[in-house]
Amino acid sequence: MVAAVAAPLALATSVSSQQPAAGTGARASAAGGQHRIVLVRELREAPPPLSLLDVPPSDDGVAGARLAVNDNATTGRFLQQEFTLDVVQSGKAQELVGEIRQRVDAGAAFIVADTSPATVIALADALKGKDALILNAGSSEDRLRERDCRPNVVHTAPARAMLADALAQYLVWKRWPRWFLVHGTEPDDAAFAEAMRRAAKRFAAKIVEERPFRYEVGSRRADGGHEQVQEQIPALTRNAPAHDVLVVADESGLFGEYLPYRTADARPVAGTQGLVPTSWHPALEQWGATQLQNRFRRLANRPMRPLDYDVWVAVRSVGEAATRAKAAAPAQLIAHLKSADFDLAAFKGRKLTYRAWDGQLRQPILIATAKLPVTVSPQPGFLHQFTELDTLGVDKPETNCRAYAP
Amino acid sequence: MRIFQSAVAAALVLAASLLTATAASAFTVFVTNEKDNTVSLIDSSKLEVVRTVKVGQRPRGVILSKDHRWLLVCASDDNSVQVYDARTMELVKTLPSGADPELFVLHPSGNPLYIANEEDNLVTVVDIEQDKVLAEIPVGVEPEGMGISPDGKLLVTTSETTNMAHFIDTATNTTIDNVLVDSRPRVAEFTTDGSQVWVSAEIGGTVTVIETGTRKIAARIDFKIPGIHQDAIQPVGIRITRDGKRAFVALGPANRIAVIDTATFKVEKYLLVGQRVWQMGFTPDEKLLFTTNGASNDVSVIDVEKLRVVRSIKVGRYPWGVVVAPF
Repeated sequence: MVAAVAAPLALATSVSSQQPAAGTGARASAAGGQHRIVLVRELREAPPPLSLLDVPPSDDGVAGARLAVNDNATTGRFLQQEFTLDVVQSGKAQELVGEIRQRVDAGAAFIVADTSPATVIALADALKGKDALILNAGSSEDRLRERDCRPNVVHTAPARAMLADALAQYLVWKRWPRWFLVHGTEPDDAAFAEAMRRAAKRFAAKIVEERPFRYEVGSRRADGGHEQVQEQIPALTRNAPAHDVLVVADESGLFGEYLPYRTADARPVAGTQGLVPTSWHPALEQWGATQLQNRFRRLANRPMRPLDYDVWVAVRSVGEAATRAKAAAPAQLIAHLKSADFDLAAFKGRKLTYRAWDGQLRQPILIATAKLPVTVSPQPGFLHQFTELDTLGVDKPETNCRAYAP
Repeated sequence: MRIFQSAVAAALVLAASLLTATAASAFTVFVTNEKDNTVSLIDSSKLEVVRTVKVGQRPRGVILSKDHRWLLVCASDDNSVQVYDARTMELVKTLPSGADPELFVLHPSGNPLYIANEEDNLVTVVDIEQDKVLAEIPVGVEPEGMGISPDGKLLVTTSETTNMAHFIDTATNTTIDNVLVDSRPRVAEFTTDGSQVWVSAEIGGTVTVIETGTRKIAARIDFKIPGIHQDAIQPVGIRITRDGKRAFVALGPANRIAVIDTATFKVEKYLLVGQRVWQMGFTPDEKLLFTTNGASNDVSVIDVEKLRVVRSIKVGRYPWGVVVAPF
């Protein structure tokens, strides 16, 4: 079993940058100071993945934070800035919220969250009015950027709507506009299916058929191998109207990996499995990414995963704000991070910035198979009056977020 | 058929004589092809590839020794700097370089060599005659751009993730100052008189001109090209003419070279070249400028006086660095 257990609140002070070293030419600066970052991890029950290759490492996300705080520290020693990272983890949301509130009162200002959407909201409300910023690196839930948005939360994890739009653009660019949607029955599956429906409308694709995959607890990894799956998937996908691609919505990973090569019609599979949209891929080598991949592997002794990247971006955003804000006070760093003057170089071939209407990080989205990135969205031809990156996700005129302010 | 052939031949002769008029002297242009693990040799009078040589893995930065005897190639994936006889392209030796060398610069006296080690956050100082590492200088995250002042006293390296130009005293090999520039600085280039160092910021989309003496920022140059999104304007390579009057900046996926008047820091002209242009090299007489266009696998040739692109030449895959020898 790989399911995360509800561990008691574990506190691990993992990394702290060094003092400015001799010979670095560091100049005393008003921007010097100590910046305390806390990574908060909510340990959640998760079913074992279908593939043993997909068992998440125990330091998923944490390793990304450690790398970023090292990167921040290397820069910081030239500016007499120090960065610390504490990791706080628990299976109990209430405990986490209490602990984070105490830490913020004691001077921590940057809370990188890898938690459930409900805990993101609870943290935001607990820190209301304080000089602290939550950087959501763990949840793609759209409502956190929409009706449940908060003024003190930015999001480095791509919104589900961004992921769906990115995939949809590529399918449309490929002239595969007819989709057969198969979705699971969990709430997250419904949310991803809804994001794909929205994307189909935006980019003139058509969902020609929808079918639920009804997952029976206990039947999934029964003793026995491929025999029943080989019968079950063709039955599920038989007699669908003519379609170009099968789109699967299975965020929990309960059945999606069973679809490729088993469908009734010979069609590619895309969505949450097969060809997937993602913020990061462990084999990305463009835009200098090889350097980040190598740095990560040296530190963590494993490939860099999307959660590691989303956390890395969050912690690096704090470092970049500290470098540029020419100030040490958290309030000024936070204001700079959310401002139009902020940008981050993050191995995506263009600058990453935060949207002014919901705090979502603008970023290109990779479309990838398990082994390699296939392409990157936005796709050529999807134009926007300000930036093509805003063709992905909820754009300014569409936003339902009222609470966020840069 | 025969008539047609001689017509073509006549046209070729004509073309060749026109080219001879543009480039009177024949130089050898060396282009590293990052993906092919080769170096393409171009004859600057014929403007064609005359030879392709296998080199180490992922060749990127390329320079000549002061006496032009050696061609030095960063073989990034071999973690070494390869030294070739520039006339025969025989491998002479391999220098210790530290991990993942990308760009380097020679001391104006001809020795030592300063190498940016992207993976180690170090600049490695190597004696190229005695093949040994003299020093390692800690700098920011992902050092890349390397510039050295004409008197050899100051070395500038840019670190891509730290976003700084580090000023290093070559007498003591220590950092004496750090200047923040825009995101992802790629190249540092001194003016011939040493008074300024120009630093390109690929993601920031700017070039910062720093006064060498005071380390104050003299100018921050940005670029605007109708029909090209700002995010696609990604400055990388910088070359400044010997008389110090003009600077050429390669703008990456904007597929253009910006020509800048150094007195006003204003862009005079944008020259359309191949795709994802990164590095550039002058001929010794500064009549021609060669640009490496990574995504279109070619090299564009610019007539420096007329400010016109006169030719594009197919080379290997993902051409990266370029240097021109006076023979």
